[in-house]
Amino acid sequence: MSVPALSTTTLPLDREPARRSGGRALFTFVRTVRSSRKAVFGLAVLMILVVLALFPGQIAPDSPSAEIFGPGLGPSAAHWFGTTSYGQDIFSQFVWGTRVSLIIAVIAGILATVLSVVIGVSAAYLGGIADGVLSLFTDVFLVIPAFPLVVVIAAYSKNGGTAIIIAVLVATGWSYGARQLRAQALSLRNRDFLVAAQLRGERRLKIIVSEILPTMTSLIVANFLGAAVYSVLAAAGLQFIGIGNVNTESWGTMLYWAQNNEALVSGIPLWAIAPGLGIALLGGAFALLNYAFDEISNPALSPARRKVRRR
Amino acid sequence: MQYILKRLGFFVVTLWAAMTINFFLPRLMPGNPAIAMMARFHGRLSGAALHSMEVAFGVNTHSGLVPQYFSYLGNSFTGHFGKSLTFFPTTVASVVFGALPWTLGLVGVTTVFAFIVGTLIGIFAAWHRGGRFDSVLPPVFIILSAFPYFFVGLIGILVFAIKLNWLPQGFGYVNGVSPSLSWSFIGDVLSHAVLPGATIIVTSIGGWILTMRNNMISTLSEDYIRMARAKGLSPWRIMLDYAGRNAILPNLTGFGMSLGFVVSGAILVEYVFSYPGVGYMLLQAVLNEDYPLMQTLFLLITVAVLVAVLIVDAVTLVLDPRTRGVS
Repeated sequence: MSVPALSTTTLPLDREPARRSGGRALFTFVRTVRSSRKAVFGLAVLMILVVLALFPGQIAPDSPSAEIFGPGLGPSAAHWFGTTSYGQDIFSQFVWGTRVSLIIAVIAGILATVLSVVIGVSAAYLGGIADGVLSLFTDVFLVIPAFPLVVVIAAYSKNGGTAIIIAVLVATGWSYGARQLRAQALSLRNRDFLVAAQLRGERRLKIIVSEILPTMTSLIVANFLGAAVYSVLAAAGLQFIGIGNVNTESWGTMLYWAQNNEALVSGIPLWAIAPGLGIALLGGAFALLNYAFDEISNPALSPARRKVRRR
Repeated sequence: MQYILKRLGFFVVTLWAAMTINFFLPRLMPGNPAIAMMARFHGRLSGAALHSMEVAFGVNTHSGLVPQYFSYLGNSFTGHFGKSLTFFPTTVASVVFGALPWTLGLVGVTTVFAFIVGTLIGIFAAWHRGGRFDSVLPPVFIILSAFPYFFVGLIGILVFAIKLNWLPQGFGYVNGVSPSLSWSFIGDVLSHAVLPGATIIVTSIGGWILTMRNNMISTLSEDYIRMARAKGLSPWRIMLDYAGRNAILPNLTGFGMSLGFVVSGAILVEYVFSYPGVGYMLLQAVLNEDYPLMQTLFLLITVAVLVAVLIVDAVTLVLDPRTRGVS
């Protein structure tokens, strides 16, 4: 949950952005990944997890929920990670759990990023009172401790399942990105190519979509990755304490059942370790990619002079 | 002066936002979940306590939303939070203040420690950029910070409490001992704090190292650093007084802003260790559908973070002359 600390608070305020036409996000992504070993590693891990999420039935044919085996068996050829105290196959649970965890990360990450972009960029572009209000709104959400809020919301809406979890993660996860995107969009405001677009008489929306956003691609991608890390960890935490539907096949729920049955003490540590490492791998993969994007979009690693922005 | 007023204003607005969220959340949920909770209080509460809770959750009141809202705000400011369902008939306020010292001691100390040590390591890593130290630490800590706090805690329990039996598995002190100011009790409390404390430090320090390192690298390329070198100042002075002092400024803001996230992670650490702090109480309140306790703890956690942010602002004021010269 120390996600925001991963990306630096400094921003490339004074750097002239390379001007690109829209729809090049994929190109940026591939180039960034190829430029860094960390990113290659992160992407490789992510790909493996995606394969697990897409074809769980082929990889782990045993049912993840059926209580049909001996309880608390150790690892063996038949059960790679052993079985739970209910007699379920732990390896199957691990493989099937990938799907929900990955879906939550990606969907919550995308939605939170969209919200950050809309609020951050409009604050910077509109300026004046609108900027003041939106920035204040962002800062308030940034400071209100997200996880207690998530817990409180989730507690009121019992048995909401995955959709509710995604909704709360988005509501609490957008603010950091909005702040960063606003700062970068502000630094773009008086650039020549934007002035030119204004003089051409382009509409505001068109300027934002086809002139401003493409120059911010790497920061937007970095924000998505940061939001995804946050979602992975926070969702796991929520499921671990038993909020949402405890019968979902996910890593957080596995940990919930493992903890409730004292898996660590009763000699089935893999029941807790496997999903925990899964969460760490997924979070770590996003974090490594994020770090690579930080290196690209951040002048901290390609020296440039900058001012510390004060409000 | 203007800076201080601005920050105080922000404090008030955020506090108000948190209270408003508290007020509207149960009312926005389909079928107001608090009604069922209030039914469980039936016959156990009377008079003012009952009334203040009915106001807080919008149950059984005939007054409109606006008067309810204002009397809720009034009750919150005067400390009338009602009674706790879990620890009935204890008032919410006394449950909360019993839990507070544990969290302040554990989370407060470890967070500040992680920030200071992480910042120092970041300074060194950047100063010896590309060295062995610098090429090993950042990736290690990126990975570590992707581990959920509670999972690191679980592994800590497995290794150090169950396998090696060096440290206690959980709780704030040995069960059955009454808290006192004796050396043995203090030692007991400290030994119970080692594992949860280490968990928080291990998972939170990486973020500080990475951000400080990156800030420091960009600061080191500034002209005034070159000037300081040309003047022949000692490397230590340049590293700490010139580069470090400037590089820490954005990180201080980050510290204030990220505190909410650290506190969030610490809640789960307290839960895993059954540590009798605010976070553990919050989750107990959630599991028992004890909404008055839950609301109050959420408010308290927000206030704690806001106070910490104010302290950070004050430190910024000392370290950064530009904030003093605004007005």
